[in-house]
Amino acid sequence: MVMTGAQIVIETLLEHGVDTIFGYPGGSVIHIYDELYKRRNELRHYTTCHEQGAVHAADGYARVTGKPGIVFATSGPGATNLVTGIANAYLDSSPVIAITGNVPTNLLGRDSFQEVDISGITMPITKHNYIVKDIRALADTIHEAFSIACSGRPGPVLIDITKDVQTGTTEYEPSNRPAMRAASPKKLVNIGEKEFEEAARLIQEAERPYIYCGGGVVLSNASEELLAFAEHIDAPIGLSLMGLSAVPYSHPRFLGMVGMHGRYGAIKILHESDLVIAVGTRFSDRAIGNTKEFLRNRKILQIDIDPAEVGKNIEVTLGLYGDAKAVLAALTSRIPPLRHEAWSRVVEDMKAHPDNNLEMDPARFTPQAIIDAVCRRMDDHVVATDVGQHQMWTSQYYRFKKPRTFITSGGLGTMGFGMGAAIGACIGSGKQRTVLFTSDGSFHMNMNEMATAVSNNLPLVVVLLDNNALGMVRQWQTLFFNGRYSHTTLDRKTDYVKLAEAFGAQGYRAKTNEEFERCLDRAFYVQSPVLIECSIDCDARVLPMIPPGGSINDIILK
Amino acid sequence: MQRNQCIVSLLVSNHVGVLTRISSLFARRSFNIESLTVGVTQDPSLSRMTIVSWGDEYLRAQIVKQLHKLVDVKKVQLMDQDKIVVRELMMVKIKLEDGCLPEMMQAINAYRANVVDLSPSSIAVEISGEPTKLNAFLHFLSKYEIVEMCRTGPTALGRGSYCLENES
Repeated sequence: MVMTGAQIVIETLLEHGVDTIFGYPGGSVIHIYDELYKRRNELRHYTTCHEQGAVHAADGYARVTGKPGIVFATSGPGATNLVTGIANAYLDSSPVIAITGNVPTNLLGRDSFQEVDISGITMPITKHNYIVKDIRALADTIHEAFSIACSGRPGPVLIDITKDVQTGTTEYEPSNRPAMRAASPKKLVNIGEKEFEEAARLIQEAERPYIYCGGGVVLSNASEELLAFAEHIDAPIGLSLMGLSAVPYSHPRFLGMVGMHGRYGAIKILHESDLVIAVGTRFSDRAIGNTKEFLRNRKILQIDIDPAEVGKNIEVTLGLYGDAKAVLAALTSRIPPLRHEAWSRVVEDMKAHPDNNLEMDPARFTPQAIIDAVCRRMDDHVVATDVGQHQMWTSQYYRFKKPRTFITSGGLGTMGFGMGAAIGACIGSGKQRTVLFTSDGSFHMNMNEMATAVSNNLPLVVVLLDNNALGMVRQWQTLFFNGRYSHTTLDRKTDYVKLAEAFGAQGYRAKTNEEFERCLDRAFYVQSPVLIECSIDCDARVLPMIPPGGSINDIILK
Repeated sequence: MQRNQCIVSLLVSNHVGVLTRISSLFARRSFNIESLTVGVTQDPSLSRMTIVSWGDEYLRAQIVKQLHKLVDVKKVQLMDQDKIVVRELMMVKIKLEDGCLPEMMQAINAYRANVVDLSPSSIAVEISGEPTKLNAFLHFLSKYEIVEMCRTGPTALGRGSYCLENES
């Protein structure tokens, strides 16, 4: 069948089961959008306010659904506006496929209107990228992009398509759709018998094993296998920020988050273990702090699908390459059930340790009270965050029940991620109630996307923690810069209630726990976007805190 | 050979931008490139690269693993330096001084170099071999005035059955 390039783009997306696209039209993608118009019954496109919102939405969508998130943008500024979002997806291994238009091939390299070398720009922040200048390569490129984005360690892929490729024609036969979707044979485990034996020996010899997991466990849907493994070898579980939601907060094996703002017990027990079994985590500096202390007196067994991560940030005793789900299942079947009674007692005692149970004053309107109040009303719906103190408080206090319900920017720490991501997550979850925790700093970055939430009538509750400051930087300035608050006191005069209303959303304001409950009553009643401004103390701190490069010995508890 | 020096051989897709992908990976991960050579292979869709780098065991492992992640890199191998032939090409243009030509010709013959250009004022010589041989020849030339020179950087091929391993 003779098709135009633009038709091929849409056909191949449909072949891969895509039904949702985020994006922003423009001159260099107008032909693709024209095809989208014709296929609007099969493909739902969400137009955001800014391409950054679109790419974060695609990212949030991908994290919730496990399917690749698709984003369209035009050439030049449209493409460059994607950059932060692509980097964000890259750092958090999120399968995002960005499709950009570019000027016609004969105008490339001439600084044409809205021309930019987006494949050059995104080279270091994509798993792979393409510029398609020959229509005959278009379909194969898109198919390959899906395979690359979703296989192994997922990641973003960008396809830049020149305008003449979109308008040109070639022969293309769309293949059988369901078969196309099923066709992703993957080598899940790349581990020899010797390595398995060695791993089994390490685990069996350990007296105080500890399982430390990251986002890889969420990405490979390995929660069930993880809990079975933990039960089988009788070990507690600590999670990195990206790993959160992989196991239910209330699960007895779960100790909490590990890292700079991790839970005391989760970090302390890790430092008392003699074997850390690390699954799908890259030992980020924010999670590990002082690597020497982290490694002292313990062995590390690292399981990762990306061999380059094994031994990259810390030296490990043994590395196993493979998909977390498959490797955990294989290990469980190869090791006899283990019991560590003395160790279990240490772990249980730690749970009751006062430092492990830092609470904010329940009588006051604190971040913890706000997060708790939301948590009590939520079933297992998705929670997204922006970046900063509110993000850490959410990761500390929110009681996640189900994997893929915590959408946060971990690796890149992108302020402004939240609005777009929450929109994508909400759509990905079938437009179920979604909560975004954000702050005055982060919200001001991409609040325009409130309009997108309104246009699409999304049941999104934005809980904005307003401390009139860039709280996390302020906290560092308090602790490490003698209270020299350089440019972190915002002094904005934004009226968030009016702002929300101006966008066509509902806006509420809460200054006490009682007021907040009343706001939530209303917010959880309506099925459209709501913003709740919560005024909090600008000196509320995220605790505990391990200073950068520090260890458990340097932990700040109050 | 410098301590910790390593030779990495790669088979990569032969299309635009691949060299950028490789060199930008080295730059952003703070890997060193001492030299890089590239040329097409018997299969026109593939180019072969020889990269000379240096670093400790950790860096050498990371170089291979990170290169391996690039979609355009089909094969990558840290070469065992005892099992390879290494060659480099150098061309040097030397200023001719009165009466120096006979001695220079002796050296050119001794080093199995070739004269590729001769003008009244200069002589241009090509020499190929192990980098150490090229260095020795340069050392000899240090008593003359070198007008200009260029080196390709080493390229390497495994001996006998030692090849860039197939992995399908």
